[in-house]
Parts: sequence; C-alpha cells; structure tokens
Amino acid sequence: MGIEQLPPGWLLILGALLIPLLRGRMKAIWLLAVPAAGLVHLVFFVPDGSGMVASMFEYDLVLVRVDSLARVWGTIFHIAAFIAALYALHLKDDVQQVAAFLYAGAAIGAVFAGDWITLFVYWELTAITSVWLVWASGTERAIRAGVRYLIVQVGSGVLLLAGVILHVRQTGSLEFTNLGGVNDAASLLIFVAMGIKAAFPFLHNWLGDAYPEATVTGTVWLSTFTTKLAIYGLARAFPGEALLIPIGAAMTAFPIFFAVIENDLRRVLAYSTNNQLGFMVVGIGIGTAASINGTAAHAFADILFKSLLFMSMGAVLFRTGTCKASELGGLYKSMPWTCAFCIIGAASISAFPLTSGFVSKSIILTEVSNAHFAVVWLLLLFASAGVFHHSGIKIPYFAFFAHDSGIRVKEAPLNMLIAMGIAAAMCIGIGVFPGPLYALLPNQPETYVPYTLPHVVTQLQLLLWAALAFSVLNWYRIYPPELRSTNLDFDWVYRRAGPAVVSACGRLITSVQHAAVTVAQDGLVWAIERVHRHHGPQGLLARTSPTGSLALWVAILLGAVLVLYFT
Amino acid sequence: MTVDPTRPTDHNDPIAPIDLSEHPRWLDAFENVRKVYRSLWAVCLLLLVGGEGLLRWAHHRSQQAGDTHHAFAFESWPGFYALFGFIGSVGLVLAAKELRKLLMRAEDYYGD
Repeated sequence: MGIEQLPPGWLLILGALLIPLLRGRMKAIWLLAVPAAGLVHLVFFVPDGSGMVASMFEYDLVLVRVDSLARVWGTIFHIAAFIAALYALHLKDDVQQVAAFLYAGAAIGAVFAGDWITLFVYWELTAITSVWLVWASGTERAIRAGVRYLIVQVGSGVLLLAGVILHVRQTGSLEFTNLGGVNDAASLLIFVAMGIKAAFPFLHNWLGDAYPEATVTGTVWLSTFTTKLAIYGLARAFPGEALLIPIGAAMTAFPIFFAVIENDLRRVLAYSTNNQLGFMVVGIGIGTAASINGTAAHAFADILFKSLLFMSMGAVLFRTGTCKASELGGLYKSMPWTCAFCIIGAASISAFPLTSGFVSKSIILTEVSNAHFAVVWLLLLFASAGVFHHSGIKIPYFAFFAHDSGIRVKEAPLNMLIAMGIAAAMCIGIGVFPGPLYALLPNQPETYVPYTLPHVVTQLQLLLWAALAFSVLNWYRIYPPELRSTNLDFDWVYRRAGPAVVSACGRLITSVQHAAVTVAQDGLVWAIERVHRHHGPQGLLARTSPTGSLALWVAILLGAVLVLYFT
Repeated sequence: MTVDPTRPTDHNDPIAPIDLSEHPRWLDAFENVRKVYRSLWAVCLLLLVGGEGLLRWAHHRSQQAGDTHHAFAFESWPGFYALFGFIGSVGLVLAAKELRKLLMRAEDYYGD
C-alpha cells in the first residue's frame, strides 16, 4: 500500500497510539510532527477521487473520497490540530493528548468519508474521543457536563444512523452526497443529526454547557472540530436547503444576547461560536456556488480566530485560575503578549478590515444581499455588530483592561505564545492576502473582491459606532456589570423542567399506586371479614352439626310433606 | 496585598501581590481614559461625515461605470451603517439587561 492510499486522518489516529510510549523531547517532536506530516500528506500525496473501497455485505464502503470541498476542511483541520498540539505541548496528561489526536483524526476521516456508514463511524468516534477532554478537568461539574455532552453527541449519531438506514432502504445508495433537501423521514433524521452537532437553536446547549468545562487545552481542540464537521456535513448533504436560512439567521442573532450577560468568558466564546456557525449555515442555505465558497472560507477563518480566542482565554485561565469576567481585569500589565493576540482574534471575529473575518464573512453577506433577503441581511448585520460587542470588545476588555483586579501573573508559557502567534499571523495573513484561501475554495474561480472602498468604509462605520455604543454605555455606567451567575438557557428544559416533570410524574404514580393498594387492601379485608363471618369459627356455615340432627331434620321434613300431602 | 483570599488556589502559578513600586501605566490615569473615550468619539464622527462623502463619491463613480452598488435602498440612507451599529448595540445591551431579570440565577443553580 502506497502512502497516497493512506486515508487522511489515519496518521493522527495511528500517531496517537504511540504518544504514551514516548517521553520528553521525543514526545514533543512527535506531537508536532504528526499533524504536520498529516498536512503534507494531504496536500502533496493524496490524489483527488475515491479510494479504499471496502465491501460490507452487498454494499461498497468508500473510505476515502477527496474533492475540493473536503480539501478545505481537511487542510484547516490539520493546521488547527498542529496549533492545538503546540498549545498543549506542556501537558503531562497522556489521556488528553491521545484523546485529542484520535478526535482530530476522526474528524478528518469523517470529512473524507465517501459513504454514510463510514461517516457514521467517524461521527461517533469524534463523540467518544472528545468527551475525555471535558472529563479531564476532573471536577464534578465537568464530569456531569461531559456525560450530558456524550449523551447528546451519541444521540446525534444514532439519529444519523437511523436516517441512513431509511435512506439506503429507499434509494439503495450509500454515497454521502447531496440529499436534495429535507423531503422525507430519512433526510429529516440526517438533517437533525447534523443540526445537533451544528448547534441549531434549541439543539445548541451542549456547546455552551461542555466547552467551558473542558480543560484549558481541551476547549481549543473542541472548538475546532465537532461543529465545523457538522457544517461540512450540511454543505455536502443539504446545499440550497431553504430551511437553513431562517435557522442560520436565528443562530447568528439569539446567542449574542446571552453572550452579553454571561460572566464566564469561555462560555461567551461558546455563544459566539454559535453565532459564527449561523453565518455558515445561512451560506449553505442560499446554496449558490459563491455562498458555499463563503461558508467554506468562513469555516476556515473561524477555526483560526476561534482557536486563537479560546487559546488566549485558556492562557488566562491557566495562569490566574479563573475565566470569570467579574474576577479579572488589568491583565494587560502582566500578560501583554496574550492580550495582543487576543485583540487580533477579537478583531478577526469582528471582521475588521485586514483580518480574516473581513474577507470571509462578507462573501456570505453579499450573497444574502444578491438574493434580496432583506430581513435576513439586517439580522446578519445586527449579529455582526453584536459579535463585535461581546467577542470583539467584551472578551479583551474585561480580561485585560476594565478595572485592575490586582492579579499579577507570569506571561503565558512559550509554547502557548507561539501557538497563539501562529494563529494570529494567519488571521492577519488571510486578511491581507486572501488569494491563497480563495484559491482553495471548492467552486472556482472565486472572483470576490473584499477590498472595495464602500465595503471598507461601511464596515468601519458599523464596527466603530458599535464600539462607541459600548464606550458610551460603559462611560455612563449603563452597561450591565459582570456578575457571578448562571443564566438560564434552553438547557433549563432538560436540566430543571424535565427532571421536575419526571419527579412530579413519579410522585403522581406513587400516590395513585398507594391509593390503589389501599383500596385493594380495604376490599380484601372486607371480603375476608365477610368470609370469616360465615365460615369462621363462629360462622353460621362453619358449625359442625352431628349426623343425628340431620336425620332428625329429614324426618321432620318428611313428616311435614306427609301431613301436607294428606290434608 | 490586594489578592482576594477567596480566589481558588489550585492553578499552576501563585498570584503575586501587586508590587507597590510598580510604575503606573498610561491607562491607569483617568484623564488618559477620558482621552481615549473622546478620541473614539472624534474618530466615529469623522468616519460618519467623511465616510459619507467617500461613499457618495464611490457610488457616483460606479454609476458612471454602469454598476449599481446598493442591493437594498436603505443601504444608501446617510449614515445607515453607523447608526445601525450604534442603535443595534445599545438595543442589544438594554435588551440583554432586561433578559437578566428573567434568566439570572445563582452560580450554583444547577447544584454542581
């Protein structure tokens, strides 16, 4: 078997198995070399087309299918894995290192899956490997959040499998390809399965629940793969599905309200993940060649700036022991590099000119505008201002500026700084030279021109006036203070209302059962008493009469009959 | 020593107390924060007025080239983007503040 036949992702999966055996410098080299080798392998050795066909029963499984769409995700997944591995290089926890590599490998494998069964296997593998990154925190909270995460993720896989079985029965085809919209039970099940991982509204809580509970380095891995894999799945199976437009628009808008009042800065980033996914989902829903390109470009850019933001908040958590806005402030004095990288990530997610968000998100907005969806366009514009508000300003402001919390710590470790530096350089590199990213996009030629005078001016107007709004509200102390709190979200339904309903049902059943038992017992006692009265020791029917008295009664009866007969 | 005694101590690096001999930073002075605030106002106003001029010039030029730029009529309202960004953000924060009354619970609400 030649190297070109090795499925993408397997280098990471096989590489993970060696991690526990290595020590010291060798281990560090290995952790960096494996994702780098994976990227080189994908870019230079893996040919386009289908490979590794395996037969299972009467079906052919296509383990590898390489095309331009898969290459975008495969490339950025490898880059993100390299950056995350570098960021986690100091870690002395083999469980996390192995789980992270298996997780990344599974996600890459899923991107190159050519059939639904292969996709399903990788889909579930991402779930059961990634949960260890949550559990590794070791707190009671993290373990519970991890269990909830696992239930949701595995549940998504079960729905996917159910949909796939129906789909294969109907069509006889296993090929993982465009389903032509949500039009029957099979496609609906697959749609919901992907919707869970993509954090559609009401299916989104696992994200804000689990990510902030994961370890410092674990969240960086988590932020890249699961949700973006789902975006890839939707782009592959449901391009042009109109349902995705309102769903995506809702995803961009509603999380920003929660993000404004959330205190845990990593949870703020989880909400902003949800918001950015919304833009990608809208792009898939529009379904033109340009909008799919926009989604792919934005997924690529988002993985970098979202990793960067999670890395900077992770560094703060690592050094100070907290990620709560109410406890932090003034950290620019002791962590200036982390602060600078965080600001670059914040500018990128806000789509400032010369950053990656500016050249990727605007493709989607332009396509919405070309399709004349005015309301959706206004919602996305509102969400763009909103994301600047909570991720662009709130995150760096409350962590690094605001009032000085008095915390003085060391700057983040060198490996973390280099990892953040690479991500920051790529955010700016893509923003300044979008050409290479555009050349990678699935639908060529990509002719979008991001740097026009109106685009730059209007974007700056939108963002700087949003910044002014924040400043004015802060200046006059109208801005809501950061408070230690839990904000209810839809997960209240299954974490509070659900258990409450179940326990109320339990109480109802218990009392009905109790009443039924009481009635039955009373009835039984009554029946026994009745029987006892007649058949008990004092009972009429229980008297033992001597045979002689029977003969006497018979004689009396016969005598009576005789008397009656003759009278 | 201004370190909060309730701060969790299970992180990797002990938090050093503020060194009182630490030289003050530029942003520590309130008048400098006010300078930043006022500069932002200036930049925003400049961007609103100057940007409007630039947009009109660009629009005029693209019309001459036979290209209609605006997909929506409201995009060409004067200061649309700036005011949308400002009003949208203020609305967002005020709405979120109201939302807090409805949604905010104690940190250990879920009991873990």
